[in-house]
Amino acid sequence: MFSKVLIANRGEIACRVIRACKELGIKTVAVYSEADKEALHVKMADEAYLIGPPPAAQSYLNMDKIIEVAKNAGAEAIHPGYGFLAENSTFIRKVQEAGLVFIGPNPEAVEAMGSKIEARQTMQKAGVPVVPGTTEGISDLEEAKRIANEIGYPVMVKASAGGGGIGMQIAKNDAELEQAFKMCQMRAKAYFGDPTLYIEKYIEQPRHIEIQVLADKHGNVIHVNERECSIQRRHQKVIEESPSVVVTPELREKMGEAAKRAAEAINYDNAGTVEFLVDKDLNFYFLEMNTRIQVEHPVTEMTTGIDLVQWQIKIAAGEELTLKQEDVKINGHAIECRIYAEDPDKNFMPSPGTITKLVWPEYEWLRIDHGVYEGFTVTPFYDPMIAKMIAWGKDREEARLRMIEALKNTVIEGVKTNIPFHLEALQHPLFIEGKTYTSFISDMKK
Amino acid sequence: MAEIISPMAGVVAEVKVKPGDTVEPGQELFIMESMKMMIPLEADKGGVVKEVKVNVGDFVNEGDVVIVLED
Repeated sequence: MFSKVLIANRGEIACRVIRACKELGIKTVAVYSEADKEALHVKMADEAYLIGPPPAAQSYLNMDKIIEVAKNAGAEAIHPGYGFLAENSTFIRKVQEAGLVFIGPNPEAVEAMGSKIEARQTMQKAGVPVVPGTTEGISDLEEAKRIANEIGYPVMVKASAGGGGIGMQIAKNDAELEQAFKMCQMRAKAYFGDPTLYIEKYIEQPRHIEIQVLADKHGNVIHVNERECSIQRRHQKVIEESPSVVVTPELREKMGEAAKRAAEAINYDNAGTVEFLVDKDLNFYFLEMNTRIQVEHPVTEMTTGIDLVQWQIKIAAGEELTLKQEDVKINGHAIECRIYAEDPDKNFMPSPGTITKLVWPEYEWLRIDHGVYEGFTVTPFYDPMIAKMIAWGKDREEARLRMIEALKNTVIEGVKTNIPFHLEALQHPLFIEGKTYTSFISDMKK
Repeated sequence: MAEIISPMAGVVAEVKVKPGDTVEPGQELFIMESMKMMIPLEADKGGVVKEVKVNVGDFVNEGDVVIVLED
């Protein structure tokens, strides 16, 4: 096991990793930018080093500086957290070349999942279901019709070069496809200078459900159940829960086995998450794999008792996974609310500032992972998430009611937060009924 | 005269007008980057740009005057 680990991150996840290190008897080294001199992770770590000015590109993304600090401080390994350098294979190789251990997967596994097209092909070969559709561009309407009938309507017509929803249209039959095809071709040409289109199955009432996996360097792979993360805004998750209301033990086993095949196909060797889209008939399709710890990992920890961050460290140190698949159980239900410093009344506009008052509620069923304190200034340089609150209950309803109670007893002043949004969402009939599709936030407003 | 103030702390990512420009109400004047988001800021009323007080890359605090408009 390592005796000292550097954490190349900030905020709540740096604090979370420091806690795991302390529990394992490992000394910790924090790094920080000039904007984070007073940050909680700096205070919590055994040692802390300034690595640069506020912009991330000059501090938390400065690979050589971080590695230099790790070597000088005598750290043997680097934990990247999430974001920043967590999925950067160049960084992983640099860490290894410096004679240090990266607490995460091997760089080839990260690269295999880094390219969407390559990942899709690898997954298909491994027998992991992907959204049916064309992988190569099509330019002929008759061919488009043939493919649409093969995969079944409704289909989504998309511009190959597209982005931001431009040149995307749903078609429910041949006639609509003809129209959509012409329209998208025209737009794709006008906006991107490339009329090439592709077609994929349109997923109705999609849910975002992901499977946590743990894989070691000795060929052992297990899955640690699902998390449902359908409630998102700007493609960013806001509320997550485990288990999912729609996942039966049979579906869990099927999705879990698929996720394990995905990890095995790329020789994965740490904690990772395989994300799936699940449609209204509970078909599931591979979306992508996150080759790092996830923000929402606590809902898994709260319902299984498995410490994922400790396992990341142990696996990186070469330890064998002693957990077997049959050891993974589900105890109750957990819901996580991400607390963002933003104004829900102003279209979730960022709200940096100094926290003038902060009162966290305390319950034995509540976990709060955060990186702030009263008097701390939330700067505009990094992402707006300041905390995660995770409530546990014996079932979903108890967890929901407890989460509401905890949020109502939280006081954060000086910055605006999305707590009012959480309270509205958790009490909305669609949430109570478990009708949490990826369109939840717009469904809520209807 | 109207002062356009920054509604939040952040970095100026783009300035879309220059002195002498006539702007309409609702027109995008500049883009701020704060907390990893790009936030476009619009003129609440029309006028002629008298002064642009910031450059791209400048850090501004909440309440700082960014642009001065003449009626």
